[in-house]
Amino acid sequence: MPARDQTPPRDDPGASASPDDGTARVEPALDPPDVDAAVEAALTALGAARDLDELKAARLTHTGDRSALSLGNRSIRTLEPARRAEVGQRLGAARAAVGRALAERTTALEAERDERALVEEAVDVTLPATRAPAGARHPLSRLQEQVADVFAQMGWTIADGPEVEAEWFNFDALNFGRDHPARQMQDTFFVDPPENGLVLRTHTSPVQARSLLTYGVPLYVACPGRVFRTDELDDTHTPVFHQVEGLAIDTDLHLGHLRGVLDHLMTTLLGPGTRTRLRPAFFPFTEPSAEMDVWFTRPDGSGSGWLEVGGCGMVNPAVLRAVGVDPQAYRGFAFGWGIERILQIRDGVGDMHDMVEGDVRFSRALGGVL
Amino acid sequence: MRVPMSWLSEVVDVVPGSTGEDVAAALVRVGLEEEGLETGGVTGPLVVGRVLSAQDEPQKNGKTIRWCQVDVGEDEPRGIVCGAPNVVSGADVVVALPGAVLPGGFAIAARKTYGHVSDGMVASAREIGLGEEHDGIIVLAELVGPSRAAGLAPGQDAKELLGLEEVVVEVNVTPDRGYCFSVRGLGREYAHGARLDVSTAFRDPADVEVPAPHDGDAGGWPVTLAEHTGDEVGAGLAPGCARFATRVVRGIDAGAPAPFWLRRRLQQCGIRSISLAVDVTNYVMLLTGQPLHAYDAAALRGEIHVRRARRGERLTTLDDVERALSGEDLLITDDDGERPVGIAGVMGGAQTEVTDATTDVVVEAACFDAVTIARSARRHRLPSEASKRFERGVDPAIGPAAAQLAVDLLVAHGGGRVEPGAGDVRYATTAHAPEAITLRGGLVADVTGMDVPRGQAVELLEQVGCAVAPGDPLAGGESVTVTPPSWRPDLRADVDLVEEVARLHGYEHIPSVLPAAPVGAGLSFARLQRRRVAQALAVDGYVEVLTYPFTSGDRADQLMLAGADPRRRAMSIANPLSAQVPLLRTSVLATLVDAARRNLSRGGDSALGGSLALYEIGQVVLPPQDLPAAPVLGAERRPSDEELATLESAVPHQPVHVAGLLSGERLPDGVQGPGRAADHADAIAAAQLVAAVMGLTLAATATQHAPWHPGRCAELSVGGAVVGHAGELHPRVTLALDLTARTVAFELDLDALVTAAAEVDARARPVSTYPLAKEDLAVVVPEGVTADAVLAALRDGIDEAEVDGVRVGDVVEDLRVFDDYTGSPVPPDHRSLAFALRLRAPDRTLSAAETAAVRAAALAGVARVGGVLRG
Repeated sequence: MPARDQTPPRDDPGASASPDDGTARVEPALDPPDVDAAVEAALTALGAARDLDELKAARLTHTGDRSALSLGNRSIRTLEPARRAEVGQRLGAARAAVGRALAERTTALEAERDERALVEEAVDVTLPATRAPAGARHPLSRLQEQVADVFAQMGWTIADGPEVEAEWFNFDALNFGRDHPARQMQDTFFVDPPENGLVLRTHTSPVQARSLLTYGVPLYVACPGRVFRTDELDDTHTPVFHQVEGLAIDTDLHLGHLRGVLDHLMTTLLGPGTRTRLRPAFFPFTEPSAEMDVWFTRPDGSGSGWLEVGGCGMVNPAVLRAVGVDPQAYRGFAFGWGIERILQIRDGVGDMHDMVEGDVRFSRALGGVL
Repeated sequence: MRVPMSWLSEVVDVVPGSTGEDVAAALVRVGLEEEGLETGGVTGPLVVGRVLSAQDEPQKNGKTIRWCQVDVGEDEPRGIVCGAPNVVSGADVVVALPGAVLPGGFAIAARKTYGHVSDGMVASAREIGLGEEHDGIIVLAELVGPSRAAGLAPGQDAKELLGLEEVVVEVNVTPDRGYCFSVRGLGREYAHGARLDVSTAFRDPADVEVPAPHDGDAGGWPVTLAEHTGDEVGAGLAPGCARFATRVVRGIDAGAPAPFWLRRRLQQCGIRSISLAVDVTNYVMLLTGQPLHAYDAAALRGEIHVRRARRGERLTTLDDVERALSGEDLLITDDDGERPVGIAGVMGGAQTEVTDATTDVVVEAACFDAVTIARSARRHRLPSEASKRFERGVDPAIGPAAAQLAVDLLVAHGGGRVEPGAGDVRYATTAHAPEAITLRGGLVADVTGMDVPRGQAVELLEQVGCAVAPGDPLAGGESVTVTPPSWRPDLRADVDLVEEVARLHGYEHIPSVLPAAPVGAGLSFARLQRRRVAQALAVDGYVEVLTYPFTSGDRADQLMLAGADPRRRAMSIANPLSAQVPLLRTSVLATLVDAARRNLSRGGDSALGGSLALYEIGQVVLPPQDLPAAPVLGAERRPSDEELATLESAVPHQPVHVAGLLSGERLPDGVQGPGRAADHADAIAAAQLVAAVMGLTLAATATQHAPWHPGRCAELSVGGAVVGHAGELHPRVTLALDLTARTVAFELDLDALVTAAAEVDARARPVSTYPLAKEDLAVVVPEGVTADAVLAALRDGIDEAEVDGVRVGDVVEDLRVFDDYTGSPVPPDHRSLAFALRLRAPDRTLSAAETAAVRAAALAGVARVGGVLRG
């Protein structure tokens, strides 16, 4: 019986056991009882091997050059010819049986070893996986892109314009008379010196005039962008905010088409259950004019109501004349919507400070990367 | 504009049972914006009390309190301590009983004070939100007048008596609807919103009998409307005054107070009570929308002249401010036109105002030009209730009626008598009737998408007050001719009428139809590129922020910009929100650092262990040295191409920039390994990432450029054009800005990169499958030689490689630096740079001779920059 404390034979078929290695001298097995006993001993030893090292020891002991079966096999040629066939057959069968057992046991112990290795290699997969976490987009940027995509998918052109804008584009071309109270109501930032006629655009509407001058009619154009009003920052106001301006000029557009576009945008962004309403309003550049409201449930559960998201209407013929479009032949609609308002409704942002302060926690919470 | 429900009900039949919300909803339906609903703010028991006794009790602190027994309609009177001197036995007063809550959340309870248990409180006007009066308690006989006081009973609900529970509806009036700054206008709009018939539900308060002017003698006060032009009148100004109505009242007691109900309404509408004359003119203005002014007749020196101001003229207005006048100001003058007594429609003068001693009053109800008044109010920074109405257009038809309403009230409450003649002077050449508009049949449906039958459209226009007549047959079969009412100067074009029909018909009937747009351009190339850059930086670990583009000269100092640095040439805002940041940024970094500081002060980015990686994409404003003023162009027609070009040249260049900033560690310390501090290379790498997204590679050269560290700043360029910078910030900059030491940053002109990207013309190269030949070269160069220079020298050398007279230098597949080493055995003041050279031919296996020739040529190349092969 091989034991773990036995020094295993060296794995060298050519080497002879040293006289004092402590192993008993093995007699060749030739006769059936000896062969059977040798096979029995081999199978027992192989079966008892608990790992590949023990198996190796057992193999050398029972199938090595100095094992009973190997010695028997080698001594066949010393037998008288009449016995050779019989003994040869017996030994062949015996060695084959031991060989099979060895192969089986090897496979089993290798599988065990592999299994154990996998268990030992287990790691804590809940530890942080990356050293370099991804960053985040700003939620307002992402929302502007989503809005632009909705219009691009409808076949509209997405346009850009400057933030420091000529008063003519911001006001005059949009039918704001020099002394019209609406011009004062816009809470305009003027660029020094004011008589040079530059302002920080108070809305993205100047892009209307610019696009009409650039592209002509028919035209379907949208422009998300940043605008400025002299409002102090508080929970619901910010002097720098974002709008998406839209303008469609064609031969047969009416208020129903305006409502259709606005409903489409709102249901795309806010979900199919979104409730909207138009109510009459006044803007110098549209006639008839409307405000669009969206039904809004406050994130803190403190109530719900209509939230104004922006103004719109049919483009005033005076605006078309100012950019050389014949108002008898063409008609269209325009709108300018607050991106912050939409974000407020969609993601339940309660405080405008969060949108403008640039705190990474706000971007990380809402501005997933992909 | 605020209107109490009771006042509204006087001019229009408010639907029975309507709440303030209902009234507001009706007004919103036709285009007014709800600002809010207000009530008095008193809850709980507030009752009439009759003082049975009031015992003076002097106190140790020198005060005298009164210990009163007050009948509040209960079995026993209540004992109440009162400090006011005017509480007297027999007076009817207002008592807040325990359980009442007064405005400001002041809860009344029985409490022990001055040795008594005071079982309630006798209230002053201010304490119950009835005004500013707080010198004594309310004595009801004085407040509501003796006749109503006679009917009072102790215990009666005082909230109802004083109208404290009445709802006041406040709406926002759009600038085209001047007439809605009146109860008259809101009453009419309410009728529209509630879908009532104006002809039966609305009672026009301006519909009063006015005596006709006498022949020859106009009545009222003598008035002359001078030529409307003055010394410095701007072009296009209309005549300053179209109409000037006056009435005269003589022998009144101007010191008498206006009645409580009138003062209460003024208070509910947000106007302070001043005196009988002023209160009455304000009241009639709120009722009709016609601003009025009252003069002391005795102080007026003869005829009133209305004229433009003269150069250098001055006037002390009612607020005791002496004002320099402009030639565009319209003045009310007397003394043969020599003495200004008021800026028309803006503010009266101090010399002619009504005082307690006044006995004869002249009431003015004029119609001034909207633009003139708007400019004067702005010029003198005197926005007033009057100017607000004139700017938006006052009904030119109701001046005499408003004056009549005012003098009737003056006489009713101040005594005296009205002079019979009504003054009514009109400017000769002013058109007083609104112009008729042709409304094409079908236009309503064409513009609104709503099918409103012609008959209904006509009815709706008549509801608005328009006169509708059959149209000119030449204008099309179904057309009508519409003359707007005098109070609607905003109705000037057919689309204005379409809006009237639409809002009265109801915007809720507008259909929802998605128009089919023709194929458009979609997202521009620039927008797509910006989006991809934003996405790439976010994936690479940067968090996007959006900062206000406002900055300052101090920031330029903190960024160490040299005096002549063009980035100091920033445009400034004439009216900045904060004087601290009046400039528009010339770099994104200038404001991105604000977000960095804010985040750091809040503990940094937890996802990065408190470090920060930020970026922003946004416009900067880069004005040239001399930016021309924008031309003043009209809007009646398309400007010419030349005019537009001039206009464009006045708008400064505003490229989109991208800037990023890293503070602390690029790789945070953690279970994956130790942290690694961000360094200049990270900033350059981020900039290269931006370029790579667009298929570009940035060439980096060492430069000195604020706000970067002079030895750690790369100038980045594409095709020879500088597009930005990256590196470590100057230590003094991080110190001045309170940023983490060794903060690194980059800024690129994204527009320039987009332009360059649009020109990238990438061509496919055949992918060779022949074996790769690898050659590594370590080259020792003097320390000052940059990696870029060595690389260029290697390439130049390789270009000249020859085997048997045939050039073979075109087989370089890749060449890059993989090591930079100083120290032994490299000689002092030298560095060793190692390059990986990868060679492959498109059509053959390279021979050993070819590889050797390339290697030798490369070494010959670096020799020119002082490089030798490291032995």
